[in-house]
Formats: sequence, C-alpha cells, structure tokens
Amino acid sequence: MTTLATTPASRRRRAASFLYRRPRLQLALLLGAPLFWLVVAYLGSLAVLLVSAFWTYSAATDTINTKPSLDNFVEIIQSATYRTITLRTVGMAVLVTLTTAVLAFPIAYYMARVASRRVRNMLVVAVLLPLWASYVVKVYAWRIILSDQGILNWALRPFGIQGPGYGDVALWIVFTYLWLPYMILPIFAGLERIPQSVIEASGDLGGRSAQTFRRVILPLAFPAVVAGSIFTFSLTLGDYIAPSLITSTQFLGNVIAGKLGPAGDVQFAAALGTIPVVVMLVYLAAARRLGAFEAL
Amino acid sequence: MIRGINSKRGWALLSAVVLVAGGCGASSTPAPGTPSPSLPAAATPSPAPGTPQAAATQAPTIAATPVPTEGSTVPPSSEPSPTEVASSGPQASGMPTQLGPGEGAVKILAWPGYVEDGSTDPTVDWVTKFQEDTGCTVTFDVFGTSDEAFNLFKAGDYDLISASGDASGRLVDGGYVAPVNVDLVPNYADVVGALKDQPYNTFGGVHYGIPHGRGANLLMWRTDVVTTPPPHWSAVFDPASPYAGKVTGYDAPIYIADAAVVLMQTKPDLGITNPYELDANQFAAAVDLAKQQRPLISEYWSDYTKEISSFENQDSVIGTTWQIITNLLKAEKPPVPVKAIKPEEGSTGWSDTWMLSSKSAHPNCAYMYMNYEVSPPVQAAVAEWFGEAPANLKACDLTTDPNHCKIFHAQEDGYWNNVYYWRTPTVDCGDGRGSVCTGFDDWLNAWTDIKG
Repeated sequence: MTTLATTPASRRRRAASFLYRRPRLQLALLLGAPLFWLVVAYLGSLAVLLVSAFWTYSAATDTINTKPSLDNFVEIIQSATYRTITLRTVGMAVLVTLTTAVLAFPIAYYMARVASRRVRNMLVVAVLLPLWASYVVKVYAWRIILSDQGILNWALRPFGIQGPGYGDVALWIVFTYLWLPYMILPIFAGLERIPQSVIEASGDLGGRSAQTFRRVILPLAFPAVVAGSIFTFSLTLGDYIAPSLITSTQFLGNVIAGKLGPAGDVQFAAALGTIPVVVMLVYLAAARRLGAFEAL
Repeated sequence: MIRGINSKRGWALLSAVVLVAGGCGASSTPAPGTPSPSLPAAATPSPAPGTPQAAATQAPTIAATPVPTEGSTVPPSSEPSPTEVASSGPQASGMPTQLGPGEGAVKILAWPGYVEDGSTDPTVDWVTKFQEDTGCTVTFDVFGTSDEAFNLFKAGDYDLISASGDASGRLVDGGYVAPVNVDLVPNYADVVGALKDQPYNTFGGVHYGIPHGRGANLLMWRTDVVTTPPPHWSAVFDPASPYAGKVTGYDAPIYIADAAVVLMQTKPDLGITNPYELDANQFAAAVDLAKQQRPLISEYWSDYTKEISSFENQDSVIGTTWQIITNLLKAEKPPVPVKAIKPEEGSTGWSDTWMLSSKSAHPNCAYMYMNYEVSPPVQAAVAEWFGEAPANLKACDLTTDPNHCKIFHAQEDGYWNNVYYWRTPTVDCGDGRGSVCTGFDDWLNAWTDIKG
C-alpha cells in the first residue's frame, strides 16, 4: 500500500489537484513558453533591430559607432534612390495584392458555394499542394519559364508575341503565382461562413443574382479579402529572393539583404528594415478598420 | 492516450502547418549570393571514381607530401590531437615557428573553383588527396564577391580564406587574419617574385598570406549572337549597343572600377591612372558611365551559376566574366558558343592570397593546406580549372595544356601592367594626391544608386 503513493497515476493526480488549486500557475505554465518566444525572441529582436538602426557603420574602417544618431534615417529620406525603391516595393505589393484578389475570388467562390463536397476537397488540396514545394525551387522554375529561350517565349512565338523577359513585369507574375493560395484560403473561409439563409432572403426580397452578389455576398466577404491581402501584401513587401532572381531592379528586401550580407552594414539594414515595419503598421491599422481581424 | 482527431480539425491543422511552413520557407532560405548546391562541402572524403585529370597532374608529387618538412610531421593516419595545438599553434602575439600535428579538420572560405573535392566535376578533385595525406578533413564554403567574403569570414569560424586585394587590407585592418610564417610553407619559395611582398599581401613588412594566383576579368560574348567581335569594354557601356537589355555586369561596388578602366581609354583627360584611386571628379564620371550602362543590363551577377544560366538561355549575351565561367559554358552539352578576351585597354582583375584566421582553431591543418594549395600539382590543377596564372611557376610543367602558363602569361610581367588587381578603395589615394580619393563607403552607396 505504501507504494501506491508513488505510482505514476497517483502522482499525476496529485499534480493535477496541485495545479487546480493554483490557476495562476496553471496559466503561467501554459503560456510561459509561447510568451517567452513571442516577447523575447520575436519582439525582443525587433527592439534590438530598432536600437541598432540608430548606430552607424563604416565599411572602410569596419567600425560601428554606437553613439545614437539619425544619420541612417537622414540618408534614407534624402536619397532619391531609396525613395524610388520604397515606392516601387509598395507599388508592387499593392499590384500583387489586387491581382491575387481578382484571381482568388472566383476560385474561392466556386470552392465555397458551388462545388460539390468532393470537388471542393480536391480544390483545397490543389490550392495547398504548391505550398509543399520549396519556394526557391518555384522561383527558379519561373526563371526557366521566363527566360529568353524559355517555354513562355516558345509558346508565344507562333502569335508573334514576346514574353516579358526578366524584369518587374515578370516579378509581378511570379509574386502573384507565389502568394495566390494565401489569398484563396481566407476568402474561401469567409465565403463559406455566409449563411445560405441570408442569400435566400435576398432572393425572396427580389434581389437578382448580380444584386445579391454586390450587396450581400461582397460586403460580407470583403473583410476576408482584406485578411488575405495582409498576407500577400506583407509577403511581397519583405521578399528578397524572387526579386534578386527575376529582376535586376532593387526592392526593399534585396537592398536590405545586400546591406546585411555583401556590405555588412547591419545598422543601415536595420534602419531600412523599419520602412516595411512602418508600412505594415499603417496597413494593419487600415485593415482593422475594414474588419479584417474579425474575418481571420 | 491518443485521441482520434476528427477530420475537420485535421484539415484545419494541416492548412495551418502548411501556411506556416510556406512562410518559413520564404524567410529562411539562403541568400541567392551563396549558391546552395556547392555550399556544403563533402565533409567526408569520398574518393572520386575516375580522376584522370587530377590524377595525372598529381602523380609526380606523391613523394612531395604537403606536410611541411620542419617540425613534427604527421603520419597520414594520425588521429586529431587538439590538446597539442596550444603548444605549437600560433599565439595571439606572434607567428608559430614550427608546426604541430594536424587537428583533423580545416574550414575554408574560398572563391568558387579554388577548393574542389570532385563535387562540381568528378575529375576535378585535389581535396581528397590532401585529406588522405594529412588526416585533415576539409570543409569549405564559396562566395561571389569580396564583400560577401569579408562578412562571412568575420562571422564564421573559418581557418582560411582566399582573399582578393579588395578584402585582404580590410581583413588585416580588422585583425581578422594573422601574420603567416612563410618558412612553414616550403612551397612559398617557388612563388613568382612579382606576387611576393605586394601591398595586398604584405603589410608593414609582415607577410599576411601566401599568394594563390592572378587573372583578369574578361569580356565574354555569345559568338552566335554577337557576330562582330567587340574589341573594347566600351561595347558593354555604349548606350547605342545593339545588345541593349542583354548585357551583364558584376554585382558589386568594385564593378565601378570597370567603368573607370573604360574612361582611362575613352576620356584620357580625366587623368585616371588607377581605377581604384579616383578623386571626386573621376569617381563621378565612372558612376555616370555605370548609370549609363544600367538600362543595357539584363541582370547583374555575383553568383557564377547565375551568369552561366543567363548565357545558356541567352538572357545575357555579352558582359564581364571569369575564365572559369567561360570554361564551364564551353563544357556544357551542347557547348554554349562563347568567347572571352582581355581587351587591349586592360582590365580589372585579381591577385589572391591565402590568409589565416587570427582565431583559427586548426592552424596546423591550415598551414598544411596553404602549402598544399601552392604546391606545383595543385597549382597546375587549380590554374587550369579556374583559368588563371598560377603563383607557383613549377606548376607550369605539370599543366595538361603545356602552354597554359604562356596563355595566361604567368611569367610575363609586362602583360600584367594593365591588369588592375582589385583593391579596397581608400580615401588616401596612395600617390602624391593625398587624401582626396573616394573611399569604399562612397563606392557602396554609389553602387546602390547605380542599380536604382
């Protein structure tokens, strides 16, 4: 009988009742690790990034000046090049977001409201499957497709048309391809959530299909589109591999990568890194107003 | 206590995992500057099945093992004994006077093609023999630009680096590399005199490395597209070029020097004598020329595999290159029709140095490798593979092409008068003009502006 107290089962029970009496400890144990990850590893590194953005680095002497200064930011704001790069990157993010939204909506609509259960499952798999392949492989695949002697030019040649070649247009196509699933899935979820009764009510009240779509479905699904746009917008804003392989113009991501790797100027890279952070903060504030967070 | 997961929840979980994985993939993939296929070196020596070329050139040297003759040498099968290193390895204050036994490993950061273990081409392998001879397992990474090399070396735990002149000075100034006792590298004696005691490998009279070899950046074009051979570099800077949109350039600030070389010929009144020593006026002219070239560029390259694919697919048909890229293109099946020349006005180029990390954990293996890399058979193999002039002239008798040293002008000092070895641009011009030149920080910023 004395051994009973130490059997695993009884120990578990004792631990359970110990925790039951201490709800705060229970919470701390539950959230400790994820909170540590979020606060220290995630927000902490953001804080370090912000601090080092106020330091300056000299490549010629390979020294870091830790005296806080606004030099990096002044350089970014005064330089026409960085302004162009920022506008180009944000413009690309907007363009990619709009394109993916236009492409994703019909697919998501069909999946959510038209397709049979079987077809829907197959489509979900079809949308998710490309995400299983490495992202770099897909970008390289597009490099091959878009190249001068590539399959795109080959297919267009009979019509006397030339493909876009490498450049910003090609990058727009590649980004749209890469991020499309991230737009389809939230819209699909959003459309699926609209009760059938609401649509029937619209019909009963004399709304034609176009009217129902415009005045009932679209407003109800819009927050989901905004939610999806957070993904496509932020992923485009920060990406540096696709631009470096598909175009020779610079985007924020590859300027930052260039400052970090080849130039070793972590401080300037950190200052540049605040641009997407600020852009995203503004974007998220706007998305919140549009109700995207309720749709997530 | 495994509970059944209902299918709906399973789906949600699956999609969440996939989304997260997709996001991670996007952010944690290696920078494109580092070609991943060749990045992780074979840690374990894998004897290449057939190594005709390497074997042929290395055969005569089996007697001359790369283990230094001085100090206690290691039998090939000796186990690593890291405890003995402290007594014989280099001290922080000075150079070692003799070598101890190998530590069993050495980690190298090198230009692509300088360290080959058969993974690029099974017939190109000189690492395996070194590993067998010394018991030092070689791991290596490659880089695309000197700037990338400098930052990788700073952050990593490398023992050795093949540094060009635009990295070596910065490495010494930063204290990242240690003085090298050339007496412990017996093959140093055979290095061509023109490469010894140069400002990019000897600082304040102290040797900071062993010369590796030298070469010129070449002008390459696809002979099936560019039918009139372009004699000058200006062909890739001319706004009226018929190959606009198909020109390539090197993706590094140091490429501004290539524009300066063109100006030396086309605008002699600017008075440029060295493309790395540019005063404000000369620098502005070079940057303007590079900006003028910008619309002609299809894509810049720093990863040599990117230039190969670019020429293969005719996305680029003309531009700057290294000999090894030309060789690899010609070795494709079917061969890509390319030709590369050093235009008569001269060219930028490189003269590289093997340098030893000041924090090297494997100094003995590192010394052995330096000596091995400048031994005649390896010099012959690397010079032919990369397409450059070897530093060790004894290699000239061992090359598969007996004329290799002649073709690459290894002994012909006059040829090198208009090859401007990469140097780190400094504010101090290095000549009578004083501190009026444009420093490297400005080169870096200008490069961002040029790319736009």
